[in-house]
Amino acid sequence: MLILSRKKDESIIIGDEIEISVVDIKGDQVKLGIKAPRDIKVYRQEVFTAIQKENLAASRTGTKLPAIDLLQKKSRSGEKPEKTQDLPEN
Amino acid sequence: MKVNTKPYGLIEIDERQRIHFPAGILGFENLREYVLLDALQQPFYWLQSMEIQEIAFVLIEPKIFRPDYSPDVSAYELEEIELEPGDEENMLIFSIVTIPDNQEDMTANLQGPIILNRELHIARQCISENDTWKTRHRIMEELSNIRNSVC
Repeated sequence: MLILSRKKDESIIIGDEIEISVVDIKGDQVKLGIKAPRDIKVYRQEVFTAIQKENLAASRTGTKLPAIDLLQKKSRSGEKPEKTQDLPEN
Repeated sequence: MKVNTKPYGLIEIDERQRIHFPAGILGFENLREYVLLDALQQPFYWLQSMEIQEIAFVLIEPKIFRPDYSPDVSAYELEEIELEPGDEENMLIFSIVTIPDNQEDMTANLQGPIILNRELHIARQCISENDTWKTRHRIMEELSNIRNSVC
């Protein structure tokens, strides 16, 4: 991994189009500014990883789904069910 | 056309149920073609990969248990599927559901909503910029919160 030292207001250029600058430094927190073409996706790494991980867990869900009455069992009698439309045929 | 599905085996689907994910789903980037099925159990849907039978996701419309939900995704992400913020007529919003053995503990991912352009049948898993939304919202708890607040 390439490691560079930068001070506040300094930046680095990646390729021709991406610029990352150090906007502010406070204690152990660094604020970065990122200039990149719109088709380059920029995410916080932990958010990206969390969603990936959750997708993987979701893909392992079995084929037995809870029925609607599981969703409604805490509702009081006389309350309208949330959905009453008929099931379309697959 | 016929598609092999994880929940229902080989079934006939309508062309209009097909959905293209230009960027795939995070962690499943190579799979781009899906079909959206109504699950036999409402209010769920199945998002079934057309390429791998074993890959299918359970979806739910988040507003059912979080009426205040707004995905807050960037205009750029919506542009990828030819939508604009506020274009509610063409936008369908789903959350991926994770159902563990104890089904009461099922959770929905509100941080990575699946947003669908219903006219063009293209979709994308976006990332919400709103810190309120996490990857694991407990659906049953959220539902009982709604009921308690109504009464």
